[in-house]
Amino acid sequence: MIDFEYVRASDVADAVRQSAASTGAKFIAGGTNLIDLMKEDVEKPRRLIDISRLPLKQVEETAEGGVKIGALVPNSDLAYHSLIERRYPVLASAILAGASAQLRNMASIGGNLLQRTRCYYFYDAATPCNKREPGSGCPAIEGLNRMHAILGASEHCIATHPSDMCVALAILEARVHVAGPDGERVIPFPDFHRLPGDMPQTDTNLQPHEIVTAVEIPPQGFAKNYTYLKIRDRLSYAFALVSVAAGLEIEDGTIKEARFALGGVAHKPWRNRAAEDLLRGQAANAGNFQQAADILLREAKGYSHNRFKIDLARRTIVRALTQAARGTPQIQSDKKVR
Amino acid sequence: MNYIGTPISRVDGQAKVTGQAKYAGDVNVPGLVFGAVVTSTIAKGRIKSIDTSAALKVKGVLKVLTHKNRPALPKSDQAWKDDIAPGGSPFRPLYDDKVMFSGQPVALVLAEEWETARYAASLVHVEYAAKPHITDLQAAREKAFTLKKSKKPRGDAAKAFSSAEVRHEAEYFIPTEHHNPMELFASTAIPEKRGKLTVYDKTQGVQNVHRYLCSVFKKKKGDIRVMSPFMGGGFGSGLRPQYQVVLAVMGALTLKRPVRLMLTRQQMYGLGYRPASIERLQLGAQRDGTLHAITHEAIVVTSQFEEFSSSDTEWADRLYKSPNAKFVHKLARLDVPTSCDMRAPGATTGVYGLECAMDELAVALKLDPVELRLRCYSDKDQSVNLPYTSKNLRECYQQGAKAFGWEKRNPVPRSMRDGNELVGWGMATGVWEALQMPAAARIVLGANGHAEISCATSDIGTGTYTIMAQVAADALGLPIENIGIKLGDSTLPQSPVEGGSWMAASVSHAILGVADEVRKTLFDAAKKIKGSPLSGVKFEDVTLSDGKIVSKKDPARAMTIAHVMRERRLDRIEKEKLHKFKKDEKHARNTHSAIFAEVKIDEELGVIRVTRVVNAVAAGRILNTKTARSQIMGGVVWGIGMALHEETAYDHKFGRIMNANIAEYHMPVNADIHDIEVIFVDEPDEHINPLGIKGVGEIGIVGTAAAIANAVYHATGVRVRDLPITLDKLRR
Ligand SMILES: Cc1cc2nc3c(=O)[nH]c(=O)nc-3n(C[C@H](O)[C@H](O)[C@H](O)COP(=O)(O)OP(=O)(O)OC[C@H]3O[C@@H](n4cnc5c(N)ncnc54)[C@H](O)[C@@H]3O)c2cc1C
Ligand code: SF4
Repeated sequence: MIDFEYVRASDVADAVRQSAASTGAKFIAGGTNLIDLMKEDVEKPRRLIDISRLPLKQVEETAEGGVKIGALVPNSDLAYHSLIERRYPVLASAILAGASAQLRNMASIGGNLLQRTRCYYFYDAATPCNKREPGSGCPAIEGLNRMHAILGASEHCIATHPSDMCVALAILEARVHVAGPDGERVIPFPDFHRLPGDMPQTDTNLQPHEIVTAVEIPPQGFAKNYTYLKIRDRLSYAFALVSVAAGLEIEDGTIKEARFALGGVAHKPWRNRAAEDLLRGQAANAGNFQQAADILLREAKGYSHNRFKIDLARRTIVRALTQAARGTPQIQSDKKVR
Repeated sequence: MNYIGTPISRVDGQAKVTGQAKYAGDVNVPGLVFGAVVTSTIAKGRIKSIDTSAALKVKGVLKVLTHKNRPALPKSDQAWKDDIAPGGSPFRPLYDDKVMFSGQPVALVLAEEWETARYAASLVHVEYAAKPHITDLQAAREKAFTLKKSKKPRGDAAKAFSSAEVRHEAEYFIPTEHHNPMELFASTAIPEKRGKLTVYDKTQGVQNVHRYLCSVFKKKKGDIRVMSPFMGGGFGSGLRPQYQVVLAVMGALTLKRPVRLMLTRQQMYGLGYRPASIERLQLGAQRDGTLHAITHEAIVVTSQFEEFSSSDTEWADRLYKSPNAKFVHKLARLDVPTSCDMRAPGATTGVYGLECAMDELAVALKLDPVELRLRCYSDKDQSVNLPYTSKNLRECYQQGAKAFGWEKRNPVPRSMRDGNELVGWGMATGVWEALQMPAAARIVLGANGHAEISCATSDIGTGTYTIMAQVAADALGLPIENIGIKLGDSTLPQSPVEGGSWMAASVSHAILGVADEVRKTLFDAAKKIKGSPLSGVKFEDVTLSDGKIVSKKDPARAMTIAHVMRERRLDRIEKEKLHKFKKDEKHARNTHSAIFAEVKIDEELGVIRVTRVVNAVAAGRILNTKTARSQIMGGVVWGIGMALHEETAYDHKFGRIMNANIAEYHMPVNADIHDIEVIFVDEPDEHINPLGIKGVGEIGIVGTAAAIANAVYHATGVRVRDLPITLDKLRR
């Protein structure tokens, strides 16, 4: 852990200003990810700008009929917020599938978006890692890669984004509100996280000194036919091997709208429009779900320890879509898969 | 007896939940210096250079110790051997430039603040000259060797195997696992007047650490006092002195100031561990379910510099009759720290292999797995050809099966279901030693009817404080509230390290022995009182009960202890005695268990849930049914972790543990644990010791993983022989 400076931001503009005024500064919200990484000398910010007291803790309805969630709303508050439970239960469920109660109490929405990969090598400063030290190599490709990507990886990095919440936000087509030295902007969810390519050190398209202020969700919430199904190595408190957020709109047995995204398989929540298009207008049955899964996984590539994830992902997609279609979403406190 | 055998709550429970119980890393004294360790990033080689200049420049840093500037340390291996050191050359921190494993301490930073020490530690720059290393057991197995000449085989197992009607042969694998006790290893070394030193240490044996430190630092016995009043879990990790205690003392002696050194969670993985093992089994049976040949060969990890060895292989001799048997225990050297004891060392891994093999044999024989075990049931320990002091394993099978509902089991794999889930029922046998060691205790009985009992043992969280109080209260005839317990202090009466499940028996009989002396003193005093109601009563006929010394034959003949002491002007009676168990060479001593497990496995996704476990244990008389039950439950939980979750993940290219933290090293969480039923089968034992107790700290884990693995097979028809059973292995 390095010696660092600690300052508190008085408002969003001040946070941006303070960040821009120093090199190597980092925002800290709940600290559940950043502090761990600092202890391991993975993150070495010279200055911590504490944003945890900024007034970004509201969950408000938007004119459009959606909701806008402040970046500092604690994960657990959001999961148990009545508006979210009622209209976006897939989001509530995904949050509750992650981490532990204590962590969810501390973790913020912004921090959850920006949490970093759990790749073992990334966490161990004694080993090379392109994400931590660009150009040093990626030992995971030939090493321990059970938790790693099967989609969208590059020869430079095969890490996954570990968030559960973000998988739900992907199918809800959230928009991320940010503020930076050049003012405010809104980033559509698919453009927020990026693939590793030849710049694995960069997880997102956030520009330097930009701060996430809110996440906005459009009205469509799939409150009737949804699920969040997470498969992991123990029944709670473990990152996903594969997870699926699914939302369907079904009329008379026909799928009107279908969205599903995968967690634990790529550097960002993974969606495939073609797979979703295929389901539209079709009957909600296992055969169709299977086909959609096949499309999404067509380009999947496994490594020595994670090849099983391709087949597991296929099965999990089918089960998740089945749960959603049946209206029997996975209940996170019940570890029996429905 | 009022207290023995009852579910008394922990006498130290309140101190623990209120934070009054101080652990080794909690001790605070004025002028305390904080240490932080720098560990090696390579697995093998030499330190070319260590640059500490940047660290030394940090304000508040007092010293950085390395092999270059450390105080003098002894050369001989002997000086570094603790009481239970295996053969070889013990590890010595900061001794020279040799790196023998990744995570080896290479520098100690000492600073005024802990944060400063940790920051400065990150600035210490070490250059290494790496040499090729090996950390993969599979790659080292060919070079495995036997330590001592293996025991002479019984009969000809190979021949009997090849002519057996039904044969099973397979290899089972258990990865390296770490203890992961909740409390981090820590030591606080405090210099006292006249060159003396008090050391608070996280250890399972204060006197072991005491002797070790005296030897390493060339101190006289009276110069060092080692304290460990509480321990947040040991499981064997604290049996041997760990390097942080050496470093803390080194720091304190160098700076002449108190030093606290606490390892980080990551650094805990640089200590001992349960060694990975390959268990090869060959079982040959006749169609009637009798065994004719058992061969069990284990290949187990040790370090390049010591030969830690536990017994993985001979358990079959205690459980199953077979005229031919061969057991071979091999060690494979890797560039890792020395392995060490971890809850039921040897048995946990060896019995896992054996009991899975027995299950596979039962399948081959088309016999119920319980029935197979009954047909091979051995009333003798065949390795020594002796009967047991007691062995109520039959009753364990019976009561366990009944509580579980085993008779409703359809033996066909994949035949039982619950919705999407396949249901599997599996069982296994557990066996562990019933050991006992010499130990001493002191009783100081005051005229106010309060007694203080002391012994240098540790309470590693198992409930030693509590059972000591129970036994003492019964032996002295006092209410348990009047009993004070002191332990975890090297100056107290002799105790072995706390391990091997031997402490309950050892310390209880030490207390009984010295309580007898107290009774004698009281009796002699009572008789001298004029008109004593006890005159003419024989010593054998008096007992202490309800605060009185009383004739067993005629309870009317009694005097209160308080009265006796007052009359005879005794303000205290102090006695100390070393207790040794009578040698019994006519019996073998073991605890036994039968474990029944239910798993439910999602057929498509492979998600495994252990929905029920029944563990029926025969372990002599149970001193405290509450703390004993907790021990078995903890063992079962650990067995679930062993079966499904635990694995220390090495990257063999770096020779380094990559999941060295408890987020990524998985052990069960609450969601993984459902119904656990513990049954203590009645097992009177007249031979083992006067109280008939055997110890229950380890038996709960033995066999549990096998029962689960067997249940997984029964559910799915897939036999996973390499632990942990993760869902991907069901579809290989
Ligand atoms: C043991 C463990 C298990 C976990 N398991 C799971 C799991 O199963 N599923 C899961 O989804 N998550 C899991 N998590 C991760 C957890 O969800 C994240 O740590 C948490 O969401 C991060 O939020 P925070 O507010 O604490 O972020 P911080 O640690 O404060 O910050 C994280 C990063 O985000 C940046 N940041 C924070 N807020 C903003 C902002 N508003 N604008 C710009 N940058 C910002 C920080 O600079 C930092 O780089 C686990 C964490 C731990 C420690
Ligand atoms: S997968 Fe990415 S994060 Fe992991 S070692 Fe490779 S580069 Fe680093």
